[in-house]
Formats: sequence, C-alpha cells, structure tokens
Amino acid sequence: MRYGSLAVVLIGAATLGGCTDGVLDPKGPIALAERQILLNALGIMLAIVIPVILATLGFAFWFRASSERARYRPNFTYSGRLEMLVWSIPAMTVLLVGGVAWVGAHDLDPGKPISSTVKPVNVQVVSLDWKWLFIYPEQGIASVNKLVVPVGTPISFELTSSSVMNSFFVPQLGSQIYAMSGMATRLHLQADHLGTYAGLSAMFSGDGFPDMRFTVDAVTDDGFAQWVRQTRETGSVLDKQAYADLAKPSQAVVPFTYRVVAPDLFSSIVNAGMGTQDSSLSIYSTSQKAER
Amino acid sequence: MNVAVAIDQISEDALPSASEAGPAPKRIVVTYGFWIFLLSDIVMFAALFASYAVLVRSTAGGPTGAQLFNQGTVAIETACLLVSSYTCGLMSLAVNSRRRLATYLGALITFALGATFLSLELREFSNMIAIGATPQRSAFLSAFFTLVGCHGLHVALGLIWLAVMMVQVAVFGFATRVQHRLLCFSLFWHALDIVWVGVFTVVYLMGVSP
Amino acid sequence: MNLLGKLDWDAIPLHQPIIMGATAFMVLVVVAVLGFITAKGAWLYLWREWLTSVDHKRIGAMYCILALVMMLRGFSDAIMIRAQQALAAGGAEGYLPPEHFNQIFSAHGTIMILFMAMPFVVGLMNFAVPLQLGVRDVAFPTLNSVSFWLTASGALLINISLAVGEFSKAGWWGYPPLSELQYSPGVGVDYYLWSLQISGIGTLLAGINFVTTILKMRAPGMSYMRMPVFCWTALAANLLIVAAFPVLTATLAMLSLDRYLGFHFFTLEGQGNQMLYSNLFWVWGHPEVYILILPAFGVFSEVMATFSGKPLFGYRSMVAATMTICILSFLVWLHHFFTMGASANVNGFFGVMSMIIALPTGAKVFNWLFTMYGGRVRFSVPVLWSIGFMVTFVIGGMTGVLMAVPPADFQLHNSVFLVAHFHNVAIGGVVFGVMAGYNYWFPKAFGFKLDERWGKASFWCWFVGFYVAFMPLYLLGLMGMTRRMQHYDNLSWQPWLIVAAFGTAIILVGVVCQVVQLVVSTRNREKLRDVTGDPWNGRTLEWATASPPPAWNFAYQPKVAGLDAFWNSKSRAQATKDEPMPTRKYEPVEMPKNSATGFVTAFFAVVIGFALIWHIWWLAGVGVFGAFMTLLAFSFRRYSEIEVPAEEIARFERAHQAGVAA
Repeated sequence: MRYGSLAVVLIGAATLGGCTDGVLDPKGPIALAERQILLNALGIMLAIVIPVILATLGFAFWFRASSERARYRPNFTYSGRLEMLVWSIPAMTVLLVGGVAWVGAHDLDPGKPISSTVKPVNVQVVSLDWKWLFIYPEQGIASVNKLVVPVGTPISFELTSSSVMNSFFVPQLGSQIYAMSGMATRLHLQADHLGTYAGLSAMFSGDGFPDMRFTVDAVTDDGFAQWVRQTRETGSVLDKQAYADLAKPSQAVVPFTYRVVAPDLFSSIVNAGMGTQDSSLSIYSTSQKAER
Repeated sequence: MNVAVAIDQISEDALPSASEAGPAPKRIVVTYGFWIFLLSDIVMFAALFASYAVLVRSTAGGPTGAQLFNQGTVAIETACLLVSSYTCGLMSLAVNSRRRLATYLGALITFALGATFLSLELREFSNMIAIGATPQRSAFLSAFFTLVGCHGLHVALGLIWLAVMMVQVAVFGFATRVQHRLLCFSLFWHALDIVWVGVFTVVYLMGVSP
Repeated sequence: MNLLGKLDWDAIPLHQPIIMGATAFMVLVVVAVLGFITAKGAWLYLWREWLTSVDHKRIGAMYCILALVMMLRGFSDAIMIRAQQALAAGGAEGYLPPEHFNQIFSAHGTIMILFMAMPFVVGLMNFAVPLQLGVRDVAFPTLNSVSFWLTASGALLINISLAVGEFSKAGWWGYPPLSELQYSPGVGVDYYLWSLQISGIGTLLAGINFVTTILKMRAPGMSYMRMPVFCWTALAANLLIVAAFPVLTATLAMLSLDRYLGFHFFTLEGQGNQMLYSNLFWVWGHPEVYILILPAFGVFSEVMATFSGKPLFGYRSMVAATMTICILSFLVWLHHFFTMGASANVNGFFGVMSMIIALPTGAKVFNWLFTMYGGRVRFSVPVLWSIGFMVTFVIGGMTGVLMAVPPADFQLHNSVFLVAHFHNVAIGGVVFGVMAGYNYWFPKAFGFKLDERWGKASFWCWFVGFYVAFMPLYLLGLMGMTRRMQHYDNLSWQPWLIVAAFGTAIILVGVVCQVVQLVVSTRNREKLRDVTGDPWNGRTLEWATASPPPAWNFAYQPKVAGLDAFWNSKSRAQATKDEPMPTRKYEPVEMPKNSATGFVTAFFAVVIGFALIWHIWWLAGVGVFGAFMTLLAFSFRRYSEIEVPAEEIARFERAHQAGVAA
C-alpha cells in the first residue's frame, strides 16, 4: 500500500534518529506481530488522514474571501451523495481497522500460550516497591531486577504484586500486562535474538517508580543452563522471612539472585494479597503504616 | 435595516407543535429539572449497586449476608416506606385542594413512617456492628453499609426537607413556589421508594438466596 | 483533642524553595489584585454585579476567567515537567525530587481537565446557550451561581494545597491502592478527593440546569431541528454530565470512606477490589472526554458556518453524529486498561466500540470541510483556531484509533505516545475549541473585539509549539519511554525531550501573546468597539441583541421560523428595507434577583473541604451547618424576582437600534 510504505519511510527516518531500542525494533514474535499490526493500522488510517489534511488546507485557501476565482455557493448545505461519502469513508476505515483490532485482540491475547515445539520456561513475576522479583519455579531459583531467558523458547509469565499496581513491560519483546496484588495475570513472550533488553514498569507506582527497571538477558540454551547452575551456587535463600525483608520499600536496587526459593512462595504472595487472612506476607502491618 | 423587528414578524397562524411552543411554564421547568436530578441520583445509586454486586462475595472470611440479614425487620421497613409513599400521595392531593389540616396530617404520618423506617434501619446497623459485622470487616460489608446507608441518608434528608416544607406552608401558605417544592418533595420520596425496591431485591432477597 | 486536626506549621513546606517561591508569587498576585480592586473602590460593584450575579452571561464570563487563571497554573506545571525531563537523563536527577515531581504531574492533569477545560467549556455554554435559544436566562439562575462557585471552591482548594500541605502524588486518576491511606498517608489525596468532589457536584448541578434549559426553555418556534449546533452539542455534553458525574461522586465517596473510615472498597485488605475503581473511574472518565470535546465541536461548527458565510453543511448529519457520540461514549471505558488481563473478546469488543466513535467524528470533520466548500472564508482568529483544529485533530484521532487496537495498546499503553495522543486531542481539540469560542464570543460579552494581530500571533505560537512539543513524544513512546518518569537512564531520549521542552517554550510565547492580546484590546476598546451587536455577520440569535447584551437578553421574545434564525431575519429585513418600521410597545420583564447564596454556600464548601482534609471535625460541622442555613435562608426568601420597567427596556433598545443603523 502506498501510504503503508510512506509510514515505513517515516518510521525509518525515526529509527535513524536514534530509535533503536523501542517497540519498532522487535526481538521476538509477539513484538514483531504487534509492530506489524501497528503499521497496518497506521497505513490504513494515513490513507484517509493525509487527504483530509490536504483538503482542509486546500479548501480553506481556495475558498478564501479574497479569492476571485472561487464560486460562492451560499446554498450548498446538503448533498445526499456527499453525505453518503462522508459517512462511508470513515465507516470503511473503521471496518478495516476494527477487523485488525478484533483479530489482533484474539491472536495476541497476552494470556494465550505461544505455539512452539520448545517446552516453555515458567517465570513468576512479583512487583515490589520498587523492584521486580523473578521466580523460576522449575529451577527453584529467583532473581531481582534481572531476567535471564533462553532464546527461542516461549516464556510463560505469571504476575502479581506485593503492593500497588505495576505494569510489566519489555518493549522489544512485546505486550505489557498489569501486576496486581491478590491476583495473578498471565503473559507469554519469547525472545528470538540474543541480546540484552530493557524492561520497566509502565504503571506509575510511587516515588521509586523511575528506577523500577530491569534487564532481560536473552541467552542460548546452554548459557541459560549455566546461569541456572551458577545461581544455585551463590546467593541466599528466599524464604518467607527473606521475602518480607525484600518487600520493604527500596529504590534503584542492583540486580542479585537467590539460590533457593521456598516452594509455593508465589501462590502464598497471591493469597496474601487477597486479604482473606492476616498473613505474615502482608508487608505493611498497622505499625508500619504509621511509620510511613 | 431593522433586524430585531424582522425576528418578531413571523406569522402565528399555524398552531405550533409542542417543541415550538416557547419556554415552558415555571411549574413544568421546576419539576422537569427535578426529574433530571432524580435521574442523576439514580445513576449514583447504580454505581453503588454495581460496586455492591462486585463485592458481595468478598467477605474476607467474615459474615455473609445470609448470616446477617433479618427478613422480618426488613419486611417492616419496606412496609413503612411503601405506606409512607401512599400517605405522601394523600398529602399531595391535600396540597392540590389547598386543605391545610389534611396537608399537615399527611406530612405528619409520612414523617412518622419515614422516621420509623430510619430507626429500624439504624437498629439493624447497630446490631450488626455489635456482633463485629462493621463496614471495616470486609469489602462486602463496606459496600453493604454504603449502599443501604446512602439510601438511609437520603431518607433522613427527605425528613428534614419535609419538616422545612411544613414550616413554609405555615409561613407562606400554599404559595406557588411552596407548591412546586412540595411537588418535588413527593417526586423525591417516591424515587426513594423505587431505590428501596432495588435495595430490597438486590441486597436482602438475593443476599439470602444461596 | 487537637483543635486543628492534623494541621500544624510543618504543613507549610518552608524547606522547599520552589514551592515557597510559587506560593509567594501567588500571594503577591492575589494581594495585587485585591489591592487594585480596593484602590479602584470597586468592591461594592464587584459584589453586586459579579459575585452575587445570577445572570448567565456574567457567570459564563466568570467561568472563563477562572479557566484562564487555572490555565496559567496548570501550564506552569507543564513547563516544570518538561524542564525536569529535559534535564534528568543518565545519572542526573534534575531539579525536582520525586515527591515534588509526582505532585506536579498529578496537579497538572487534575487542573487542566477539571479546572481549566471544564470551566472553560461550561463557561462558553453558560454564556452562549440561553442567547442562542433566544431566552432570558437558564432554567435555574441561582443554582447556576451555586454551580460556578462550587467549581471555584474546588479550584481554590487545589491552590491552597500548594502552600498548605501537599497535593496528591498518585496521578490525576488516583488509582488505588496507591491512593489508599496505606501508600499515600499524607493529605495530598484528600486535597484531590475534596476538590474534585466539591467541583464535581457543581458541575452536576450545572448539567441538570442546562439539560432543563435546552429541553424546556427555547424561543417560540425553535423546534429541536432548528437549534443551533452548539446547543445540540451542549445538550449532549450536559446529558453526559448528568449521566456520568454521579458515578464520579460515588467513586470518590468510596475512596474517601476507605481513607477516612477504614472501609475496604479498593484496599488490599478485606478483599477490596482495586479493579473496581479503574472501571468506575473510567465509566465517568471517558464520557468526561466527550463532555469537553463535544462543545468544542459545537464552537467549530458555529465558527465555520459564520466565517464561511454559509449554513453548516449537513446539519442533520451533525446532529446525528453528536448524539451518536453521546451514547457511544459510555461503551468504551475499558480501552483505558486493555492491559489488565481481560479476555480477548472483552478487549476486542471495547476496541471495536472505541473505533466506531471515529465514524461520527470523521463524518463531522468532512461536514466542516464541505462547509468551507463554496464559502467565502474570512481568516479571522476563530477560523484560524478552527482550521488548526481540523488539521491537528485528525492526527490525534488517528493515534487514538491506533491505540484502540488492543495489541498496539499492549505496547503503547502508559507510554508517552499516549501522552502525546491525549494532548493532541485535548490541545488540538478542546483548547483550540475554547480559544476559538473565546475570540468568537468575546465581543458579544464585552462589547469590543479582541485584537486580531496578537490573536493570530498567539494562534501560530500555540500551533507550532504544539507540534514541536508533542511530535517528539510520539517518537519517544515508540522508543519505549513510559510516562511520569522523574528521571531516566536512556540517553538517546534526551535530545527529543529537549526538543519537547523547546516546544513548550513556544507555547509559552503563545500564552503570553494571549495575555497581551487581552491587555491591548482592553486598552484599545474604543477602537475595537462593536455597536451593531453583530461583528462577524452572525447567523444565530445571540447576534440579534446588543453587545454586551442587557440583563434581559432580548427586549421581547424572538420568534424562530428556521435554522440560522438571525441570518434569515437579516435577509428578510434586507428585502423589506423600505417599509416603515412598525412602532413597538415594550413590556416590563421579570428578572431573577441577585443572590449571595452561591457565594456563601461555596465559602462553606471550602470550609468543609479544608476541615475534612485536615481532620478538623468541629470545623467541618460548622461548615455543614453554615451551608445548610444558607440554603434555608434562600428558601425562605420572600421575593425572588424584580421587575425591569418597560421604559428602561425601550430606552436601551432605542440606543441599540441607533447603533445598528449607524
């Protein structure tokens, strides 16, 4: 499509201008598909938006009061054919983009597993004030502010929050999803290229919010296995006590790892957030409330 | 040119349709505006109902509606409110025929029934609080106390309004604006009945059904 | 018991030089204004003619003045945000610590939406709607005054928060649990809650007033399909107010109960539900967007028709589009949180519904386009704003539809792309709209035109500044920058943020031009005087009376026989020019009496709000009692109307006709 290619040109210019690590530079299938949808929708709409802008400027100029050549038609107030056009052009556009939206909402539903022959890696994500905790339940390890994933392998995320709402987002890998206390949201991503990608919280969560960043290391299968091995050898144990310490507010936390994670820690965090019981995991006890 | 005159020179032969009749009389405007207010009030209740429906199962291990609600009291409350709507209607008739004594009597009975309703509701609340079912206990109880309490607050404001109106009848007689206000009051009182039917159904009937 | 609740000297942020500087500046301005009034001996005049006025034109003007003042406040917040983000790259922390930066962006959003855009839009409706309908006032004049003063109370509370205590640090939408006591223990969120609650009630009352006015108080002959389009859009906006603001009232009340009495609507404990707040907030919040934009659409329709010298193209189509938007706006709220994990069907449904709104909106744009077609477009200031709007708004609409595609939103949600999008429609749509309306109706309100040269300079600065400030944000959003960042480590973002800050500086020049425009025009008012009452060769009834219109608006009830009533009567008068003018008998007019009820009620509302924010319970009680007694006193008023004698009306009308003839 003509305007589609125009969009690509515009965005190409943007890329040259330093846009090297955002959503336009996808490193995984989800982000790739989402960029495609973005460009398709943009192309469809530019096909109508650009002519409208040109027509606005053109009509305004041509029918200026001082114009000698334009014909004054004060009674031109209705035309059935034009009305048809006026409603059908946006309708066509909405139909097209609406189709893109509906199909896309289903294909790229964050909760939908990525079909792949490779067995997915499960990661449980907990947003804390103000850092990210990543638990690898199968490997029995955990890390803070650093996510290591094997390349070409679907990653199946389960997310929750220890306190306020956050949004887990790795722009180059694709969709973001909220992390909310007392419930677990689902997200599926995959990295197709080796590299280190920036991750962040996309939902304002308080004073430490801007430093709530993490890195995603996409490594080879061997590299991942090696990282898991190394992690198991060093660091401390993440049990309920350690978690309660970790959950206390802190800012700009340097990444570190835990060699062992208490089983079912994630589900007990989710349950604690439901507020059905007085749990030791509820970090803000009444006394701390006053302290803050 | 005399534009202002031209605006006025439209013939009036054809009978105008309702939408062309010009500004409506004061009585219509006042009650119409009050209707719109009631609609907005009902929208507010709708938000409270929606919250209640979302939170009704969130009892946080605390008591549920089925354990707390006493059908008997609620039945009496409902009867009070419905009958008060009837007496409020009788009062409106008395106002229309400008019978002062009948107006006072209608208002008095309406007030008494409304006050009975309120005291029963407050007793229900205090009984619940006494056994620890406070609004701070769970999201369900927060929503319950807010929804039912907001209706109760409306009834209380209605009672104050009714009392003020009786003073106005005493001071101004059946002046036009007093009549308008009494008309608005009766609309308000009936609307509270409608809301109560909703509360009764959603909270008390559906609350005890399994 | 502490008589002052939580209030003590620590509440005043003496250690924060920026805040204290701003406070000192604000106090100086207030003192200067009060001093000026005292020096002119204008207090009595001000009290009689403005503060207690129930005249819809005066109230409308006061709404607009409030909006302009709050725009300066909100705009200085914007400059601070842009400056901070231009500086705080890499290791740099900028000049604003997080607790201050977070207050600033929360205040910026709250002020710009609720205390700038809302009062401006309501002010224009207040001024123009009764005149366009050909009636003497709104349905409930005193209630109108109460509405205005309650809005002003909310604005006052927000400004007090600058000097005493703090403002919310939880964003303008105040999502729990962040806004709950647990995570926001200060008074900031309470300032947010009570200023919104008080002004929200004012807005709700205004909505009721206007729906009643438009539906029940039109000049004889003005059927629905003869109403000016601005009245239609005002009707749609006020229907939305009536249907949406109660939800805000309820939602804020629930959050207040959580914070004050330990309820569990949205808390983490007691099985509260934070998602409930997001839903309720946006059930109000999305229609709110259309409450702002629809009247702006109305202004553009009036301006385009008037300055093209022809009727609006496709009037029926415009009306249908307006009412369609009005209804659809309640079916799209979920698009504010596609990333909350709803099912694909739900996300898909709300995505498609959001796009369907683009259909009537697109039709409107085409209709404005064809209004120009075959016209004689005079490039006065209101038209520049309108054309600037058409060009800018379609881009904002496009990015909006883009974000309505759920997978695209999964990546752009909460990014600065979103920030660019809603500023694109809020500035390109609402601000341009109210500026067009301000320039368009100013001569009607005050009897003289605004200076064209400064007006044009202001427009061009705003227009260019907008693109320079916000196009980089689109790009940054695609680069993965999220909103509300006090600092960031990605150095490749900084150049673009510096460009954006530069754009804000251009807009600042535009704002200065506006202030200068007002000053220059006021000084040259004799030269810019409009004696005809019809400076733009207008089409609707507000131009049929004098500028400024008398308190009674029209000397006699206008009768309407079609669309563009005034234009038609001008054409008819042209045709019958030579006939002698019929002599006319004027009749006395009943006018509502001025009332201090609004002002005094609002005073007590401020007392209640301030007392509740600082937990000064006895003072809150005093406030409630005072407000109740004020309303009681009003209800026992014996005489609510005064009669304007026929001679006075005749004298005024003769003077006006002489001006028209001259």
